[in-house]
Amino acid sequence: MSHHKLEVRSLNFSYPDGHEAVKNISFTINHGESVGIIGANGAGKSTLLMLLMGVIFPHSGEVLLGDVHVTPKTLPMIRQRLGMVFQDPDDQLFMTTVYDDVAFGPRNYKLDENEVQSRVTKALNLVGISNLKDRAPFKLSGGEKRSATIASVLSMEPDVLIMDEPTAALDPKSRRRVIGLLKSFEHTKIITSHDLDMVFETCKRIIVIKEGEVAADGTAVEILTNVELLDDCRLEIPLSLQNCPRCGKGKA
Amino acid sequence: MQSIINSLYNMRSLDELAKKESLIHSLHPLVKLLTTFIYLSVVVSFGRYEIGGLLHLIFYPILIFSLAELPVVPILKRILYAQSFIIGICILNPLFDQHTIILGGIVISRGWITFLSIFIKGGLTAAASILLIATTGIDRLAVALRMLKIPRIFVLQLLLTYRYITVMIEEVSRMVRAYSLRAPGQKGIQRSVWGSFAGQLILRTFDRSQRVYQSMILRGFTGEYNTGAVAKVNFKDFAYLAGWSLFFIIGRIFNIPMFIGILVIGVIK
Repeated sequence: MSHHKLEVRSLNFSYPDGHEAVKNISFTINHGESVGIIGANGAGKSTLLMLLMGVIFPHSGEVLLGDVHVTPKTLPMIRQRLGMVFQDPDDQLFMTTVYDDVAFGPRNYKLDENEVQSRVTKALNLVGISNLKDRAPFKLSGGEKRSATIASVLSMEPDVLIMDEPTAALDPKSRRRVIGLLKSFEHTKIITSHDLDMVFETCKRIIVIKEGEVAADGTAVEILTNVELLDDCRLEIPLSLQNCPRCGKGKA
Repeated sequence: MQSIINSLYNMRSLDELAKKESLIHSLHPLVKLLTTFIYLSVVVSFGRYEIGGLLHLIFYPILIFSLAELPVVPILKRILYAQSFIIGICILNPLFDQHTIILGGIVISRGWITFLSIFIKGGLTAAASILLIATTGIDRLAVALRMLKIPRIFVLQLLLTYRYITVMIEEVSRMVRAYSLRAPGQKGIQRSVWGSFAGQLILRTFDRSQRVYQSMILRGFTGEYNTGAVAKVNFKDFAYLAGWSLFFIIGRIFNIPMFIGILVIGVIK
């Protein structure tokens, strides 16, 4: 059994106002899988990510990484192995330089400064922004900020990468770069997004969430071509799979 | 309204300055912190009528300015901001302290002397503090505070406040921009919306700080702010601290400007 396996068993969570955000969700994500979690606004995607990361804890059910339960006691170990990239890069970049931001995680794990340096350099090279290391994060463009947030997570060398809307608010070229980057990673990936074209390109498996429940779980092709299912979940077929907008013909 | 947005960039420009490479920047943060502390103590230790004794202390900020190769205008602007508060505090001194003295044949109220003394002291202390941050950076300063065994919680409080102020100003600037775009021709924000504006700001700031905190704990943050290794104090650092301390203390005991004055007059005669 792989220690990278992420297992979610009968997860339930309600907010203090009584809103049931996650209802009886179960799934298993194996080592190396890339999984897209999609759903309409308010479907419960972000809450699910927070539950996976142990930011909030379920009222019932459990999350397991390998054989380890996500509990307050195991959090330091869990968080070292699960790296999460936030939707808004400004939430994640708060140090004075990109270098310090990328070094923030490794330094918290009390790594030797030489090791920190080698990890930071490696992460910055991997996302192709080593030239930005001394820049202040607030001066970067949207695409550069996104790359910096990804580097700040990669420097912790996580087994699983969790990304919340990685292509939100990016221009087409930056979006393409991020997609290329995601495809190049061999990590286990969990991506939530409304950019279904990106999800189609980067994920082989899709989990559809509707009103806090799993509405479907299957291959990307199977799910993203199912018009009825997507329509029922307030989603639509990715643009790249739709017919030509001018002549109405399907793709050859 | 633009000034609020600009202030965000101005505040962060101190961080930028701290990244320069100069003799002063290369000194150990602990040494700079201690020197500044001694300097501030000496400045405030002078009595309210002792303007003469303060004058030699102006050498310190001037020398740091030139050695650290800092731009004069932005730093002076900040000092002047602080001075406006000082003026507000002591502007009534001439009214309260109406004893008169004769200075060079001119009769003036002693209140003006205290006003001037507070004004100079305010300027010197503001200059020293701003120069400390502009040549050290808040992160390295925190390391120095921790070396002095200041409790972790206080240092963290300082650092997070420094960080969150910019986050809050960002929120304010966004709200102000959104407001001003829908309220053309208005100066400032109408009093009727002050309440909801402040309330919104608090909620947004809570929300944002929550997310920033989450991103910190997800990267292993446990309360200790690690800013990497800092070199050990070497001879150069020690000489800097000793040199300045000696100058400040001698200046405190002897009235250097008066000696220079006597010397100059003696030479002229």
